[in-house]
Amino acid sequence: MSKVIKNLKEFSTSNDRYEGANLMCPGCAHNIIVREILNATNDPLVIATATGCLEVCSAVYPYTSWDASWIHIGFENASTAVAGAEAMYKALKRKGKIPADQKEPKFVAFGGDGATYDIGFQWISGCFERGHNMMYVCLDNEVYANTGGQRSSSTPIGASTTTSPAGRVSYGEKMMKKDIVAIMAAHGAPYVAQVAPNKWKDMVKKIQKGFDTNGPVFINAMSACTTEWKFPADKTIEASDLAVDSLVFPLYEIENGTKLTITYRPKNIIPVRDYLAYQGRFKHLFTKQNEHVIEEWQKKVNERWDYLQRREEAGV
Amino acid sequence: MAEIMELNEVEVWDGNMAASQAMRQAQIDVVAAYPITPSTPIVQNYAQFLADGYIDGEFVMVESEHAAMSGCVGASAAGGRVATATSSQGFALMVEVLYQASGMRLPIVLNVVNRALAAPLNVNGDHSDMYLGRDAGWINLCTFNPQEAYDLNLCAFKIAEDHDVRLPVMVHQDGFISSHTAQNVRPLSDEVAYNFIGDFKPLNSMLEPKKPVTYGVQTEEDWHFEHKARQHHDLMVNSVTVIEKVFSEFKELTGREYKFVETYNMEDAEVAIVALGTSYESAKYTSDIMRSEGIKAGVVALRVLRPYPHEQILKALENVKAVAVLDRSSPNGAFGALYNEVVASMYQSNNRPIVTNYIYGLGGRDFTLEDIKTIYLELVENAKANKPTTPLQQFIGLRGPKLSFF
Repeated sequence: MSKVIKNLKEFSTSNDRYEGANLMCPGCAHNIIVREILNATNDPLVIATATGCLEVCSAVYPYTSWDASWIHIGFENASTAVAGAEAMYKALKRKGKIPADQKEPKFVAFGGDGATYDIGFQWISGCFERGHNMMYVCLDNEVYANTGGQRSSSTPIGASTTTSPAGRVSYGEKMMKKDIVAIMAAHGAPYVAQVAPNKWKDMVKKIQKGFDTNGPVFINAMSACTTEWKFPADKTIEASDLAVDSLVFPLYEIENGTKLTITYRPKNIIPVRDYLAYQGRFKHLFTKQNEHVIEEWQKKVNERWDYLQRREEAGV
Repeated sequence: MAEIMELNEVEVWDGNMAASQAMRQAQIDVVAAYPITPSTPIVQNYAQFLADGYIDGEFVMVESEHAAMSGCVGASAAGGRVATATSSQGFALMVEVLYQASGMRLPIVLNVVNRALAAPLNVNGDHSDMYLGRDAGWINLCTFNPQEAYDLNLCAFKIAEDHDVRLPVMVHQDGFISSHTAQNVRPLSDEVAYNFIGDFKPLNSMLEPKKPVTYGVQTEEDWHFEHKARQHHDLMVNSVTVIEKVFSEFKELTGREYKFVETYNMEDAEVAIVALGTSYESAKYTSDIMRSEGIKAGVVALRVLRPYPHEQILKALENVKAVAVLDRSSPNGAFGALYNEVVASMYQSNNRPIVTNYIYGLGGRDFTLEDIKTIYLELVENAKANKPTTPLQQFIGLRGPKLSFF
């Protein structure tokens, strides 16, 4: 049974299972997302976290932010850590070693885009192929933020990072962002969704749908990074609004590998230019020499939105 | 409930079957595994046991050895019996997580069927993988034949899961020489074997909702040292007591005796070989031949590589004049690792024997009777001269010109 949450006030005052007063940067969207996810269920939780901002800031001995069982092994294997725990639950349940009145825990793994798109991809793919009953949440801030802002395969074209810096002859990152949602849906996973913390109702609904799903669930959560995207620390929600309203970060879900549904349609679609202009990492694009990248961006976003709508309409 | 398998008093098993039968009898809750030569049959046998109804735990066939050990860590932290098997490159891929398993004090059992490390690629037995993992904070038990692979797997669970230990255990056997050689093995019945190990007693399980636990936190310069020191202490002190107790209980049950350091013909030995793995058995055989020729030859082997049995090595070699320490791993710019450890021990003895180092058997190269005889004869010369008469490190069994260092 899903937890019933009527409104934002009720949500903000319901029981916290994640303490936000930790070492995260002020304005970090990770804390908002994690808190919302943990707040979406009253069931027991078994959580794994990949090495990254979330892990190094939320569990520094002898403190922890987590009011739930929690494990961190390495950068690449949070998915498999929680899958191992899930396998143990199944074995002990079968052998009658779990009390009959004990609720089945939700098994959740968190990783950044470095842990998800890059170094941990094989482990996640393995977990999804095997069909563990778990949720994997990617906190996608499009950069290796924990180690000082290096590019990942989630970094979008034109972003200046410390390993794809903009310079005299370069406009920064050259590659397009990897489409992780499509890749995870291609595993035939029962539920895959893209969420953003500013659209909290949409997000909580998807998380609860994920928790109610039997089998592997993948959530790609846009996590605006004040430090590496370079916007003011009190403007996280504003930056996030620009991302979803420009359709740079469209919100949708894919069920059973194919059934795509768009869950948020902006009333007023804003230009990609406005999204880019809000962030220091794209500052260098607003020159005569690099303007073409902004045009390419807009073209790609339009094509992508068109594609998602056609997929939704076709029901395939 | 898992089916009971009726076993004969004597079974003909190779080392892999012996290990997988012990794993079956342990009624493991989760095995997460990935096959690799020469340990593949352990995983295959276990899969067949599952298919035939002899296993009621979970068997997770993951996509790499790194994931195998990652799954084992997650499963073990969730509070149940966990084991897996690997070799060589697979072991190398696991190394990162081996340190995590011991650092989190998780009682996982890992069968390591020893094999060379590439390049050049080689599927045969040597101890490169064993050496790669020797600092990973695991208890290391060494077996020399299928019977021992069976026996020490049973002991491994009992040692690892003891609440005074809570450390993972590797059970080593030589690739092919032990893993693929069928021999007579006397197994215990399923019931007796399981009762010897006993039920798994969870401690700090992640599946206890009323008592959440945290595994794998960040510690920096303020706490990391204390954590590692405590881990080393428990490996050096607590595990020794428990290993002794388990070996003693096993002897009472089966009559088969295991010691930290195994010795053969050492009572009055003047020259001795110190070895790991199946070479112990070859050297035992050769020492009998040497004795028939009037040479007081003995053999010493480490049953427990970690915790390192310093006192037992000292005692075993207290009266010899010359010792050869054999390393089956490329030393890559140093003395062999076992040589360094044995020499460190012997430096503390009143009797400082002449100790030389032999590198042998890399990539499964045969270690022959003639090789062992040569070593004993060189030791006799060292003993007579009371100084090394050969270079300190020699490669033996190598084709082409002799190769030696130091």
